[in-house]
Amino acid sequence: MTHYLFIIVGAVLVNNVVLVRILGLCPFMGVSKKVETAFGMGSATTFVLTVATGASYVIDHFLLMPFGLEYLRTLSFIVTIAAIVQLTEMVIQKTSPVLHQVLGIYLPLITTNCAVLGVPLLNVANQYNFVESLLFGAGSAIGFSLVLVLFAGIRERVEGADVPVHFRGVAIAMVTAGLMSLAFMGFAGLDKYQ
Amino acid sequence: MLTAILIMALGAIVLGSALGYASIKFKVEGNPLVEKIEAILPQTQCGQCGYPGCKPYAEAIAEGEAEINLCPPGGQEGVRKLADLLGREVKPLDAEEKPKQVAIIDEQTCIGCTLCIQACPVDAIVGAAKQMHTIVGALCTGCELCLPPCPVECISMARITENIDSWKWKYPVIEIKQLKRVA
Amino acid sequence: MLQLFKFKGGVKPDTHKAPSLQQPIGRAPLPPRLIVPLHQSIGGIPNPLVEVGEYVLKGQCIGSADQWLSSAVHAPSSGTVVAVEERVAAHPSGLPTLSVVIETDGRDQWIERSPVDYQRLAPERVREILRDSGVVGLGGAVFPSHAKLAAAKSVAMDELVINGAECEPFMTCDDMLMRERAEEIVRGAGIFRDLLKPKRVLIGIEDNKPEAVAAMSAAVRELEADYAEFEVIAVPTRYPAGGAKQLIRVLTGKEVPASRRSPEMGVQCFNVATAYTAWRAIAHGEPVISRIVTLTGNVDAPRNWEALIGTPIRDFVALGTPQADTNSYLMGGPMMGFELPSLEAPLVKASNCIIAGSKTLFPPALPEMPCIRCGACAQVCPHELAPFEMYWFARARNFGKTQEYKIFDCIECGCCSYVCPSHIPLVQYFRFAKSEIWSREREKNKADAAKARFESRNEREERDKAEKAARLAKAAAAKKAAPVVSESTASAAPAAAAAVDSASEAQAAKQAAIAAAIERARVQREAVQPKNTDALTIAQRKEIEQIEARRAPLQGATSSTDTASQPSPKEEQ
Repeated sequence: MTHYLFIIVGAVLVNNVVLVRILGLCPFMGVSKKVETAFGMGSATTFVLTVATGASYVIDHFLLMPFGLEYLRTLSFIVTIAAIVQLTEMVIQKTSPVLHQVLGIYLPLITTNCAVLGVPLLNVANQYNFVESLLFGAGSAIGFSLVLVLFAGIRERVEGADVPVHFRGVAIAMVTAGLMSLAFMGFAGLDKYQ
Repeated sequence: MLTAILIMALGAIVLGSALGYASIKFKVEGNPLVEKIEAILPQTQCGQCGYPGCKPYAEAIAEGEAEINLCPPGGQEGVRKLADLLGREVKPLDAEEKPKQVAIIDEQTCIGCTLCIQACPVDAIVGAAKQMHTIVGALCTGCELCLPPCPVECISMARITENIDSWKWKYPVIEIKQLKRVA
Repeated sequence: MLQLFKFKGGVKPDTHKAPSLQQPIGRAPLPPRLIVPLHQSIGGIPNPLVEVGEYVLKGQCIGSADQWLSSAVHAPSSGTVVAVEERVAAHPSGLPTLSVVIETDGRDQWIERSPVDYQRLAPERVREILRDSGVVGLGGAVFPSHAKLAAAKSVAMDELVINGAECEPFMTCDDMLMRERAEEIVRGAGIFRDLLKPKRVLIGIEDNKPEAVAAMSAAVRELEADYAEFEVIAVPTRYPAGGAKQLIRVLTGKEVPASRRSPEMGVQCFNVATAYTAWRAIAHGEPVISRIVTLTGNVDAPRNWEALIGTPIRDFVALGTPQADTNSYLMGGPMMGFELPSLEAPLVKASNCIIAGSKTLFPPALPEMPCIRCGACAQVCPHELAPFEMYWFARARNFGKTQEYKIFDCIECGCCSYVCPSHIPLVQYFRFAKSEIWSREREKNKADAAKARFESRNEREERDKAEKAARLAKAAAAKKAAPVVSESTASAAPAAAAAVDSASEAQAAKQAAIAAAIERARVQREAVQPKNTDALTIAQRKEIEQIEARRAPLQGATSSTDTASQPSPKEEQ
């Protein structure tokens, strides 16, 4: 049980997908201007990432590995993720317009979120089994949402600050992200005090 | 090699057919984005953007056919809000920003032709054939659509002046603006 | 002794009350001209009832309440109306408002006053009298009092709070009123009591006014028989103890939740001066035409004056002889008041205090420094808000966030600005944000209404078009059916056609006949000559002919949609 807990905590905090592994920076910068939108993006990513890790595990283990086609991994994962995102969007739009209102415009963006590709690949590299893969996927996604919302909260505040002219906009956001990244580096070594 | 091609082709066929099936099965009419865009537009229905009303313009923006800076009554503030909603760059307004105004009919000159009534998109003009017309100031959006059809040019635009009820407290900080450098 | 409660926050600024308490209330002399703004209360703008040149008597109604939430306005003295026009108002904007200007004749002649015995009248009638006498909250909010005198239906009224706290520095008008006219205040509060039927009536007075407490207690004791449930209570001096929600909290322990009104909690609150004017209105038939105004600050003779509403402030401040270095005048107290944009503005029902300011009395504001998030503002906020957060978002123009931090619960008491170590004018930011939010709301409502009208108009046009198309189709069908029968008797055609053709075609023909008849009638109506053309002078006839000539080409233009071929008759004029 502790093993699974470790995977989750590790994915959420210690090896945070955005701030430590530096994956998925595009939506991290792009959709973090408001807390509400950040929350929407976070929820959409969490959903897709969890489904994508499961699907890619299945493809990897039952389609690619038996035929020795590991070199097609990246390609097939990308195709799978793109298809899953599209499918999810269509299903949500039809079945739950309210949820679509919240997630709608972010779903297509997730296709190009490299964290969604990176996490299944990391699963393979870590040789996780199906349950571990899912947990790692979900944990990474929660970590992504967490920092996205935190970052959006900070950016909302920075909007009111007297930032020097040349630092305004993305520049100060990058500085902020760097400081947050430093803070998250502090989680490294958390597992040593068990 | 052949297996690889076969497997990828299989995957492509399966995913493609699944997507194709889903796109038919889960087809949804309308675009919720249009409503959000329309909520930002000032509803003057003036057509200054080149579209016949605010809704067509909203649809054009949602489709990505129109720029977001075509609405003069919305002003720069409106452009900023649209840019915020759509994640696009803020662009300067494609026209001169005008102060808010209302149309006024010179009742002496009006001949009661009803042409302006037909032109008014928001039913702000009252009158009947051969009767004097007048504009209900509170309902007028200042779209200027009634100006061209008037045969006797008795309609003019007047700026809305600030009164005690519409007066606003000023922003307490005097903003530092960079002056244009004189060449 | 009643158990008192505390409200959170508050500050203790220097009171500066003593100078204006040295002399009794004086009666301000009659100014040569009175400028009476029509909109002096919250709610609808009264309609002017007088015209230029009309002679008005003191107390004559010159503006009638135009809706339930509105209050009448009266002539403060007798004289001639010389103008009904826009005049500068006692408002921070310095913008003009519709006012009645009266040139006084010096006779100060009253209109016939009709005192009433309110106990024999229906409550609705009493409220009407109060509205028509212009009784509004004189604490400064000028909310029409009659609208506050209907008890909530679901909650029984427990307490009636009479507010004599007067927590603002410099201000002493309520203090003097309570010292000198305590009995009338108590009787006025009695009217409110009889309308609201509360269990207790609590008169709250800050404990830095012992004379007022004594006078009010004496009055209550004297009138013991009728006013047994009245109680005068000294409350601890702390700004803003005079805020309605704060005083209710101190006296009853009840906290009025955000965006709720106190009657829902079984409490209602009135100012002492309001109670006094209510008594004058009911028992003496005198509408609100004057009020007690404190004139203090940088003047030689600070004092309270009973001044007529509409007295130009320039005339009023002259009574106190302002000192040479006076550079500004405040209306209201130093915490919540505003600088008068012009001395031409008149005193209004909201003017409780005029303070002459100088550089030594009110040193110019120190430069604003960045917020250091010390939280001092949150500690003193009597509404337990977080001013530093609201400030941050108001500054960034993030108005949605300011509303999340409940900016509309802010009473603009100024405690936060008072304590801010960075000298940030917080209240200014809040006022800016509030008025910005209001204006956006107005615009949004206007846009929504415009959209609704546009849509209904489109719908109507569609419908008209469809109806016209249907009519045309039927007419075409009728034409087809007509040649079958004889051509001369079109009216008899339907019956014959029914025999020859199918029933549906007969129906169509019938409709076509009706349409044709309507069309004929329309043409006939249009051809009818305009009425009252008999007794016209030659000049008028000529004019009509000219107009008809101008119209003739237009008639064609209106019926066709082609506007390009329109003539421009402008040259003919």
